[in-house]
Amino acid sequence: MHSPEGVAGLCLIVLLAAMAFAAPLLYPGDPLAIVGRALTAPFTDPALPLGTDRLGRDVAAGLMHGARTSLLVGLATALVALAAGTLVGTVAGLAGGLMDEALMRVVDAFQIVPGFLLALAFVSVTGASLPVIILAIGLSAWTGPARLVRAEVLSIRERDYVAAARVIGMHPAEVALREVLPNALPPVLALTAVIVATAVLVEAALSFLGLGDPNVVTWGSMIAEGRNVLRTAPHLSMVPGLGLVATVLGVYLLGEGLADAMAGRKARG
Amino acid sequence: MHRALTMTRRRIVSSIPVLLIVIVGTFLLLEAAPGDAVDAYLLSLGGGDAGLVAELRQSYGLDQSIVKRLTLYVGALLQLDLGWSVAFDRPVLDLIVERLPNTLWLMGAATALAFSLGSLLGIVAGARPGSLTDRTLSIGSLALYAVPSFWLGLVLVLVFAVDLRWFPTAGIETIASGKTGLARVADIAWHLALPVSALGFIYLALFLRMMRAGMAEAWRQDFVLSARAKGLARRRIVLRYVARNALLPLVTMLGLQAAAMLGGSVVVESVFAIPGFGRLAHEAVSGRDAPLLTGIIIVSAVLVIAVNLLVDIAYALLDPRVGSGEVAP
Amino acid sequence: MSAPLAEIRGLSVSYERDDAQSFALQGVDLDIARGRRLAVIGESGSGKSTLALALAGLLAPQARIEGSIGWPGLAHPPVAGRDIGMVFQHPGGSLNPVLTIGEQVAEGAVRHLGLGWRAAKSHALALLEWVRIPDPQAALRAYPHQFSGGQRQRIAIAAAIAARPGLLIADEPTSALDMVVQAEIVALLDDLVREAGMTLVFITHDIALASALADDIAVFQRARLVEKGAAHAVLAQPAHAYTKHLLAAQIDFSTPRLIDGVADA
Repeated sequence: MHSPEGVAGLCLIVLLAAMAFAAPLLYPGDPLAIVGRALTAPFTDPALPLGTDRLGRDVAAGLMHGARTSLLVGLATALVALAAGTLVGTVAGLAGGLMDEALMRVVDAFQIVPGFLLALAFVSVTGASLPVIILAIGLSAWTGPARLVRAEVLSIRERDYVAAARVIGMHPAEVALREVLPNALPPVLALTAVIVATAVLVEAALSFLGLGDPNVVTWGSMIAEGRNVLRTAPHLSMVPGLGLVATVLGVYLLGEGLADAMAGRKARG
Repeated sequence: MHRALTMTRRRIVSSIPVLLIVIVGTFLLLEAAPGDAVDAYLLSLGGGDAGLVAELRQSYGLDQSIVKRLTLYVGALLQLDLGWSVAFDRPVLDLIVERLPNTLWLMGAATALAFSLGSLLGIVAGARPGSLTDRTLSIGSLALYAVPSFWLGLVLVLVFAVDLRWFPTAGIETIASGKTGLARVADIAWHLALPVSALGFIYLALFLRMMRAGMAEAWRQDFVLSARAKGLARRRIVLRYVARNALLPLVTMLGLQAAAMLGGSVVVESVFAIPGFGRLAHEAVSGRDAPLLTGIIIVSAVLVIAVNLLVDIAYALLDPRVGSGEVAP
Repeated sequence: MSAPLAEIRGLSVSYERDDAQSFALQGVDLDIARGRRLAVIGESGSGKSTLALALAGLLAPQARIEGSIGWPGLAHPPVAGRDIGMVFQHPGGSLNPVLTIGEQVAEGAVRHLGLGWRAAKSHALALLEWVRIPDPQAALRAYPHQFSGGQRQRIAIAAAIAARPGLLIADEPTSALDMVVQAEIVALLDDLVREAGMTLVFITHDIALASALADDIAVFQRARLVEKGAAHAVLAQPAHAYTKHLLAAQIDFSTPRLIDGVADA
């Protein structure tokens, strides 16, 4: 990876990942615990470098643990969406006919309902916890990979080596696993950056509306909390927001850098 | 125009089964919620006796089997009856009809801003690929694309409402101002400036990036070389040959983003306290109002289908190849 | 004999590729005689298309150009479109899919002849008639996808000569078309240059096509000009081995050219 953008993205993500991993080491206690006087200004107390919020919670601890939540939700959602999308796309592409038609109409249905509304509804039905939120965001994220995998399967299916595998008597599912999937995967992986970034943003928005997991710190809930004192202590909502921007930007830049690198290798190879 | 009409009819017919899946899916999802509408209603009343509960259940049809209730619900939908909102104690349809215009204004203005400014800046960037302007706009738009809309809303409030006092912090119009006609329109526009920016800027960045990428692609086409061989002015080549062809995928994107934008309006309306459709969704969730939430999701799906229909028609008008047998590349 | 239209002297065109210089043209000396039809012959990659782009001043900015192209008859460097018209290989790709035929044929006249759009459109109508497009009035408002490949190439020719250039460069204008249509396009080009007194540079890999049309022939092989002269002389007594080889391949149609190319390389 040579593009300066890609390197910048990598640096951002490494930094955020370091924050996420260091959070429980540097701040082993509950980041939601009250540790000092409410609304301590930043850089005034060496023990609380970024000060405290309206309830006296440590902002620095929240920021570090928030990175953990954001990255966890982003990656887990991508995993869920890719797994579900790949499964549906492969089945639709290999089965064809009525099965394909039915599955694609379901994909259409998930695409015309605003993903955020779907996540809202899902969370309101099942109650907010991290796994539920990941599933809720995944509900609208799997359609992209599903369409892509199906298209790839359809185009690869007709190629010679898949036909050859059929002739020697491989089961369709075996053909899918051994021949089709490894080829369909690279373009699907390119979608990953978009899914991770979207998931981070949707989780933040849910938390901002008070529908996040109440037991973990999230940047969205920190922004919502800081909003109450937006005039007097704007940094309380600005700092976690910058964290979100850095995360999403890092994911996009890294994604583009990787895509460029892959395209470059393909062009040279 | 004929081909556009044929296409529209085909599109409407094909979206019926999709809409049906949405209706059944949403109904079942919200059926799975612990507690039903009566529980929520009683909670809002502060309790009630068993006789009332049974009576209410019967009046809502909640004592029937789930299949029966789904049939009843779909039957009512066909007569444009979206059910009864528990939290507001009013018909769901009335609430939605009352709130929808605010959201449509917000989304319409945000789309107009994003599309016009985004494609314009995209043309500026794509006119000279690799130039300093191009790289600056490319990085800037990527950064903007990474900003969550609700946080951008807060930043805009902080700068333009709290510090500079140019715009109001919240609301859709000045309450009890008694303004009418153009003065009222101006008042609403003044209130919507910040929320429209908060919602639209992300899409502005998206359209800018798409336009830029599309133009980079178009520059490599044979017809651009032939335009240069004709000695046409650079301005004409950029606008009529490169940008005109790069515009087509942007129009498609307009339809694809309709659902995302509707979702985005939920948070933006909450930040700016705009009594719109999105905020209604938030209120439905807070009030555990399953009938209202079901209605909102179904109406939003219909809305997305409608937007995509409009986009298809616009595309057919912009691309002479559509519907004439040859598939557009 | 009058002064040539263009004098190409020591022309080399090269590109940086992976830190090495690769030549698309190397040390070419060639005169293009006014009012004559020159066929430039060579296989793909021989540099013949680069020559066309170099003449029209359309080379990519990263191309390194040495040598010179002089235009003794012109008081100024030639302007693409006004002094030189170009027709390309793929008539489908060289027309803008979203603009009307009328606009694409007329715009050259608007740009270079100073006509208004109305006048340019009626000029375009005359051009479409000239290149024998059926129902030219309707064609003005139609789009490229509504025409066949051969018709699109006629339209492209009409657009290329809209500003009445003195030189028309046709880069493989028929190789994407079938045999019958090829012959029609060649006949059309022949008529056009005769009637308008234009100079024609016809670039092709097809030596039979070249012999039917050309007054002069220039043969290119691997970026170099290997043989030039009057068409009848070159065809009757080819001096260079490569020309002989091309001719031999042409005479025996049953010989697949691909295999010759491999043996040659």
